[in-house]
Amino acid sequence: MKRIMTVLLVLLWGFAAQAQQPTTLTLVTHDSFNLSEDVLAAFEREHNVKLNILRAGDTGRMVTQAVLTKNNPLGDVLFGVDNTFLSRALDADIFLPYASPELAFVDEAFVLDKAQRVTPIDYGDVCLNYDIAYFEEAGLVLPTSLADLILPDYRGLLVAMNPATSSPGLAFMLATVGVFGTEGDYTYLDFWRDLLANDALIVDDWETAYFGNFTAVGGTYPLVVSYASSPPFTVDETTGVASTASITAPGTCFRQIEFAGILRGTAHEALAQAFIDFLLSEEVQADVPLQMYVFPVREGVTLPPLFAEFAVVAEEPAQVDYAEIEAQRDVWIRAWLEAVAR
Amino acid sequence: MRALALRYGLLLIPLLFLALFFFYPLLRIFDYSFGLSQSSGFEEFLRVATTPYYRGTVLFTVFQATLSTLLTLGLALPCAYVFVRYDFWGKRLLLASATLSFVLPTVVVAIAFTLLLGRQGVLNQALMGLLRSTAPPIQLERTLGMILVVHVFYNFAIALRVIVSYWLNVSPHLEEAARLLGVSGWRLWWQVRLPLLRPALVSAGLLVFTFTFTSFGVVLILGGVRFATLEVQIYYQALTVFDLPMASALAVVQLAMIGALTAVYTRTQRRLALDWRAARDVARVPHTWGAKLAVASVLLLVVLLLFMPLFVLVWQSLTWRQDGISLSYYAGLLVNERRSLLFVPPVVAIGNSFVFALLTTGLSVSLGGILAYWVYAFSGRAARLVEFLAILPLAVSAVVLGFGFLLGLDTPPLALRTWWGLVPIAHTLVALPLVLRVLLPALRRLPPSWVVAARLLGAGRWRVLWTIELPLIWRSVLVSAVFAFTTSMGEFGASLFVVRPDTPTLPLVIYRLISQPNPQYYGQALAMSVILLVICALAFITIERLRPVGSASEL
Repeated sequence: MKRIMTVLLVLLWGFAAQAQQPTTLTLVTHDSFNLSEDVLAAFEREHNVKLNILRAGDTGRMVTQAVLTKNNPLGDVLFGVDNTFLSRALDADIFLPYASPELAFVDEAFVLDKAQRVTPIDYGDVCLNYDIAYFEEAGLVLPTSLADLILPDYRGLLVAMNPATSSPGLAFMLATVGVFGTEGDYTYLDFWRDLLANDALIVDDWETAYFGNFTAVGGTYPLVVSYASSPPFTVDETTGVASTASITAPGTCFRQIEFAGILRGTAHEALAQAFIDFLLSEEVQADVPLQMYVFPVREGVTLPPLFAEFAVVAEEPAQVDYAEIEAQRDVWIRAWLEAVAR
Repeated sequence: MRALALRYGLLLIPLLFLALFFFYPLLRIFDYSFGLSQSSGFEEFLRVATTPYYRGTVLFTVFQATLSTLLTLGLALPCAYVFVRYDFWGKRLLLASATLSFVLPTVVVAIAFTLLLGRQGVLNQALMGLLRSTAPPIQLERTLGMILVVHVFYNFAIALRVIVSYWLNVSPHLEEAARLLGVSGWRLWWQVRLPLLRPALVSAGLLVFTFTFTSFGVVLILGGVRFATLEVQIYYQALTVFDLPMASALAVVQLAMIGALTAVYTRTQRRLALDWRAARDVARVPHTWGAKLAVASVLLLVVLLLFMPLFVLVWQSLTWRQDGISLSYYAGLLVNERRSLLFVPPVVAIGNSFVFALLTTGLSVSLGGILAYWVYAFSGRAARLVEFLAILPLAVSAVVLGFGFLLGLDTPPLALRTWWGLVPIAHTLVALPLVLRVLLPALRRLPPSWVVAARLLGAGRWRVLWTIELPLIWRSVLVSAVFAFTTSMGEFGASLFVVRPDTPTLPLVIYRLISQPNPQYYGQALAMSVILLVICALAFITIERLRPVGSASEL
């Protein structure tokens, strides 16, 4: 009995100790967040702080969590909310405004919130990726538009993501909204129904789509909704050749911009501001491509050679007005769910 | 006067608890869905009724529950026959395994079945080796079939127990008479046995239907949004799509349906209790080859269905994608890199779960104890009302409860949503009906004459409680405590709403780890599942050893 009590006490103590450590800065982010350990350690050393990283699911789930816990926030800084989920966060008023001096090195076009409650950090184009070997062996021509995807040639080849649960999934749906529109004879919903009829697979998140189903990593679908910056990670180390490439034809991609913001209710506002500056610093911006498969927003950052060679920027991403996304996103997702899911 | 104040004062504690954390959040759901505080009115219900997508969710929920029930009964009935007719080794243990269904967490079972029957599961690999084929012959992963198999796993032993315990009380004379009149074979089943067993079949069927109707973890993990039941859809609309009015409308639909089911079930239970007849044990050792074959196939089925998945889970946690047996996934639970998906090392989640479970046990046994004792000690309309109020949480699923917390405990004066204490409170509400169903029958089984004698000899109410009643029912109190503890350890549906990502519990960490196709995470999820399984197995053994004789058919 005595021994059991001791074990219990130790557990309780560990539980309490977990809750009260000295100055720590907690970053709330999505599951795909990564930066090099030495880059993070440099920040910790410079500001004498311990950085905790709380991954709260995919982007949509993370934003929902942040909104639900806004009275008692999960952390000090949030990274990873993008232009597709921005309105959910801004409507709930979870961020403190901050104008980083580092924004001087960032193109104005990336600054979507003029009140500066969020700061742009990186961007990437959501595009179709394909397995080069599969298409060569099958003697298939690449699709050159979204409309091509419903042709019999591409039956059962595409794996895409549910826009309600996945941020690249939502981005891809927005591309279809941009291309097919929401009114008229053939809307984006008609396209998605045809896509399903053509045996496209829809999964809940990008990790499952890419690592669970893409032929290039052992799955059975040779076309996947991913980023234009994903192919560098499939380069074979010995041959120096990538096994995948992205399709960046006009009107097939959607540009995603990721932001960071300071969570209202933080006890370390100055530190949080320093962290935002840090995210825009050259060190982090140069680290971002290989760690998170995206492009830095800061100008003049040298891209890693691998990235410069194999990653591409879409020439003409599908256009959907930001204000319209803000107003219509939930309506579109709901309509998609009701029309496409199941 | 003082006695009366104490009597009602004591009752006030659990009633206040229920009012704050049960009735108020439910009220908020109704408020939200009927649009009392905004202008939407019945619009959301109209959308549920007219949109094929939501209508599909409701229909699918009923469809899969019906299929699960039919499958379970279809399997349990012949097994029940063998159980009643023959004596064989392992009978008692198998009947007892119905308790296992109440203590095994859905996360663990879902993973175990994926390991056994999944695309790369143990069975498929064995068959592929045997058949020398490259394609897996069993295609159950992400299908309705997989969900049904797991539902049968969870409910088979419960249905078996209900049918067997009823059958043992049916007089064998009727069947003997029918045989003498020349009835045999299929006609014996159709015209004699099935009509005789009807009350038990209806009761077991309703029970299984209710359980599978509100099945959450199994459907979420094995099916995903593609096979969304009402329960999964509520969770999905609330936390992912963030459409709170739709989630509350679906929650009201769900509440109405389970409410109706529970009402019907309670009625049949009453009839079941009245229907008991002279019992005679007709079981004998199987002698003929046919009888031996029947017993052997039942045993084989039970072992394959109930124990094989759990065995595979333990084995795979030691070997999954590794060369030989190793404890590396278990060792991995102690460390946490900054790159990891998790905020804390997995072992901290075990500690969190432990603390939450202890608090849940204390809360639910003390609150449930007061309620049960009150209902037992005082008769009349007040006691009946208290019993009704206390049993109500049974009709509310964990997901709806969690959702109610999300809606109801958000605004002052009850802005508690991010408070960690909500976790044991939510778990207590899930465990409370179970605690009552153990304590109340135990109290009612006490010989009334003993209590009356003590009172006549001048002992006060409290003295009777301390010196007579408690010593007689302490086993049941312990059983209820263990049930509460394991309920909290494995709780998943409500936890998804109230647990903060920085203080995760065991089942939530397992769910997070299997959500990503990463072998290392998956291995750790297996190790965590085995730890949870061991805790629950220990609880099961404790319950079976403590259970007072003659109460096997309860729950």
